[in-house]
Amino acid sequence: MKTGTLKQILLITDGCSNQGEDPIAMAALAKEQGITVNVIGVMEQDVIDEQGMNEIEGIAMSGGGVSQVVYSQQLSQTVQMVTRKAMTQTLQGVVNKELQQILGGSKTMEDLPPDQRGEVMEVVDELGETVELEVLVLVDTSASMKHKLPTVKEALLDLSLSLNARSGDNRFSVFVFPGKKKDVEKLLDWTPNLESLTSIFSKLTTGGITPTGPAIHEALNHFKKKRSLRSLLSRDDESFFEESV
Amino acid sequence: MMMNHSLKSQCKVNPGTVIEGKWHRSRYTIVKELGYGANGIVYLAKNQNQQVALKMSDNGMSITSEVNVLKSFAKVQGSALGPSLLDADDWERRSGKVSFYAMEYIQGPDLLTFIQQKGPSWTGVLMVQLLNDLDALHKAGWVFGDLKPDNLIVTGPPSKIRTIDVGGTTIQGRAIKEFTEFYDRGYWGLGTRKADPAYDLFAAAMILINTAYPKRFAKTTGDLKQLKLMVRQKKELLKYEDVILNALQGQYSSAGEMRNDILQLTRANPAQKSTVSRNPGQTASPQPASRQMNRQKKQKGSFFETLLITLIVTLLYFLYIYGQLL
Repeated sequence: MKTGTLKQILLITDGCSNQGEDPIAMAALAKEQGITVNVIGVMEQDVIDEQGMNEIEGIAMSGGGVSQVVYSQQLSQTVQMVTRKAMTQTLQGVVNKELQQILGGSKTMEDLPPDQRGEVMEVVDELGETVELEVLVLVDTSASMKHKLPTVKEALLDLSLSLNARSGDNRFSVFVFPGKKKDVEKLLDWTPNLESLTSIFSKLTTGGITPTGPAIHEALNHFKKKRSLRSLLSRDDESFFEESV
Repeated sequence: MMMNHSLKSQCKVNPGTVIEGKWHRSRYTIVKELGYGANGIVYLAKNQNQQVALKMSDNGMSITSEVNVLKSFAKVQGSALGPSLLDADDWERRSGKVSFYAMEYIQGPDLLTFIQQKGPSWTGVLMVQLLNDLDALHKAGWVFGDLKPDNLIVTGPPSKIRTIDVGGTTIQGRAIKEFTEFYDRGYWGLGTRKADPAYDLFAAAMILINTAYPKRFAKTTGDLKQLKLMVRQKKELLKYEDVILNALQGQYSSAGEMRNDILQLTRANPAQKSTVSRNPGQTASPQPASRQMNRQKKQKGSFFETLLITLIVTLLYFLYIYGQLL
């Protein structure tokens, strides 16, 4: 089985977008390009309103990913859980496709008897351990997120600790929205660990608007840019592509 | 917690519900809920008058994963690593398919409750039992992962500690599947999240600390210094101070080593113990394990010394011969 690179966008936000393209449409676009979009909604004492909840679930659903709403104290564990869960979900999709080719029809892992399912699961586990992973983190820095940012930083450092325990390679990139001049600003280019975040994060300023849609759009371009650069170096970059979960 | 609520509603069943497996056709009557975790709910159920624990989740993958772990445990002979697996199946409800497995029902209080009821004199014994089981588990190529008092049940009499919930159990060398922050060495900045035996031993040391701080404590500086300070503040922990610090710093290469050190402590006579606790500033006498290590180091040192001298002499001799030949 081909082991390619899993591509994920991890969106960390605390509410509704209010500027630019529809984020749910942008998430659907990401999925078409083989990029999974996961969303984490961060609450403090306040509760995210229904509109915000719908948007969070909507983005994850159309982006083929996982969503979770948590209090900021639980952010660290949630960030790593959501990322792992989305990985397994994508890999399961890939394995299911292979199974369908072998068994024919619309059979998936879930249709196998428990014993055989266990054997297939071992393959998924193995892939999850060794596959290359690219995570682009999109952090909402609108005014209401200001006092949650230290927690977000901790959670991201924790995420790199968790993922770097795998034997497969990881690359992370961090974007914030709104940026200083543009809707979206690149904070950190592709890097294997997030240590350097510590110094950058303390200098962050927060702004008023929440352009979630444009942020996802820009994130997609960043994946693309990298891919074209890679093709120049003629390194073949097979990517997992998943149509349905 | 938000996530547990949403999870709970999806595979929540009422007492009295009959669950029939799609593949093996076994029938289980739900008695009550025993607990829930990140990956599902565990129920007490009856199958032909036998009490079993039934774990259900709508995340079929995690169920399959855990069944795999329990199956491989069953192959390790002569030790009870986790609950024994009885059945794995799917239950088809109107709202969708729910994967479940049935296992041996391990009855008893969790570790902290037990120690609170029976007193701290049980701590050492139970830790030794736990480390025995961990040793067997590590030798079979696994790491327990999510080791914490909630996952440790004391059955009996005779009292015996048992592990439940293999959701975090990981093949050695891989990334830990599931963990709880307080017991996780990565959270305290004292190591990676790669599954190795020392990962479990770190958690075991945190469990020891936890017995003196049943409500745990928050991370402040979040390093070894803070943990050291917390240990020194509790009289019942001072006795284990060296063992705890060794485990926290990953200095034990096997659970057996840590077990032997605790055994040594429990064997020490009471007079000796009181001197240690009276002078907390003074370092306790070196333990057998570390002493052994020193000796090994010394032996290694003298070996290298001999080798070096021999090499120099040989070199000089060759130089001499070379000179003679010229």
